[in-house]
Amino acid sequence: MKVQEFTKGILKRNPVLGLVLGLCPVLAITTRVENALGMSVAFTFVIVLSNLLISLLKRFIPRDVRIPTFIVIIASFVTIVEMLIHGYSPSLYEQLGIFLPLITVNCIVLGRAEAFASKRPVPETLLDTLGMSVGFSLSILVISFLREFFGTGKVLVFGHQVVPGLLSSPATGMILPPGAFLVMGILLALLKKARVI
Amino acid sequence: MIPGTRLRVSPSPHLKDRVSVRLIMFTVVVALLPASACGVYLFGLHALWVILVSVASALISEFLGYRAMGKKFTMDGSAVITGLLLALCLPPTVPLWMPVVGSSFAILVGKCAFGGLGQNLFNPALVGRAFLSLSWPALMTTWVSPFEGVSTATPLGTWKAGGGDTSLSALFLGNVAGCIGETSALAILLGGILLIAFRYIDWKTPLSYIGTVGLLMFLLGEDPLFHMLAGGLFLGAFFMATDYVTTPLTGKGRVIFGLGAGLLVVVIRMYGGMPEGVTYSILIMNAFTPLIDRYTRPRVYGTVGKKWWVRKK
Repeated sequence: MKVQEFTKGILKRNPVLGLVLGLCPVLAITTRVENALGMSVAFTFVIVLSNLLISLLKRFIPRDVRIPTFIVIIASFVTIVEMLIHGYSPSLYEQLGIFLPLITVNCIVLGRAEAFASKRPVPETLLDTLGMSVGFSLSILVISFLREFFGTGKVLVFGHQVVPGLLSSPATGMILPPGAFLVMGILLALLKKARVI
Repeated sequence: MIPGTRLRVSPSPHLKDRVSVRLIMFTVVVALLPASACGVYLFGLHALWVILVSVASALISEFLGYRAMGKKFTMDGSAVITGLLLALCLPPTVPLWMPVVGSSFAILVGKCAFGGLGQNLFNPALVGRAFLSLSWPALMTTWVSPFEGVSTATPLGTWKAGGGDTSLSALFLGNVAGCIGETSALAILLGGILLIAFRYIDWKTPLSYIGTVGLLMFLLGEDPLFHMLAGGLFLGAFFMATDYVTTPLTGKGRVIFGLGAGLLVVVIRMYGGMPEGVTYSILIMNAFTPLIDRYTRPRVYGTVGKKWWVRKK
């Protein structure tokens, strides 16, 4: 068991900016920091618990039907998190919309199950998925912060103004879909240039 | 040289011309001067500032962008054209930070990110304009009448709202509201004819582009002359759809490019939400350029061309 299994997900193998996986939710929900926070929590819950279960059950899952089995396990946790968010924060549930149930087919979750959890012991899986969650959350928080700031001129998180209105005429395009691609592309270019990923 | 003879052994090409990238680029700048001058005359000194700021920030961005890419910056004039074209397709009332943002975006994202001059897929000036109109839609559609500077709508805006006619002579001379360099068809035509006379641009692109718009508008029962002269069609057809980097290489390909762009302009003007569609028509056709180039590749000399009616074995 190595600490490396945890740290690799943060920069070197960052699921979003390094492996460029699971882009649908990343591009769609990063319009606001608030949404990104909600998504991070939901994602962490699903990836950690489902992969732990998969790692525990890896000896009992027949190889031929492993992918459907993974999906069933992941879908169960997605259903739990969906019901919880629906119950406790209906507004966040509205904001995340279809991208909440779509965590089921998120390729980061399934990718870790296939590439890691189904082959490695439970403690390593825990570290790996936690590292991936931190990497994912960090990426979408940075992207959504930049998009919300440049797109609306300020950053609002649960009613608190984290960054006051600094831009008098914000670039509305940043919170539209092209803005997601722009921020993502520029971030990737800068990180590649700095050889971080 | 082989000793004792006057034979020079050198790799091809053997025929060279004095024409260089720099010469062409600066000729294009000269060809844009009538339109720029017209814009300053119509919309006042602020238009001149927009143009100067835009060109300056394009040059600075190109210098910084090439440095970041680890390439040598050459003053080839392409950044001047990008900055100038972007300024000419901005409304005359924009605050001065907008040409700065637009030019930097055009050069850094539209050009340097793709690898510099010759590598970019989309016309950098139009990338900058598309970014600006996406981000600040209100500022990018604030129009004023020439000379007086009173808020008004563009001829196409009036037409879209079902309003009255604009006189064709005003459209031709440029005495209408619009972007800095797009209003006067005459001034653009002067520069365009200069470039065609020097054979720096191909007449096929503007002709097929403007012609398609006119013909389709005529068939749809609109005034073809109004639609050919109004908006940014002339500026786009002569100076943006003829960009060497982002448009097809062959004559046939250029005609296809013009037809497609013309069709898109008509579709956007008639059925879209916006009154004007020249920017997006050229950007969309830029995306098709590699495909057009692939299918209009000329036959290699001395080989038998493919005939579509001969079935392949």
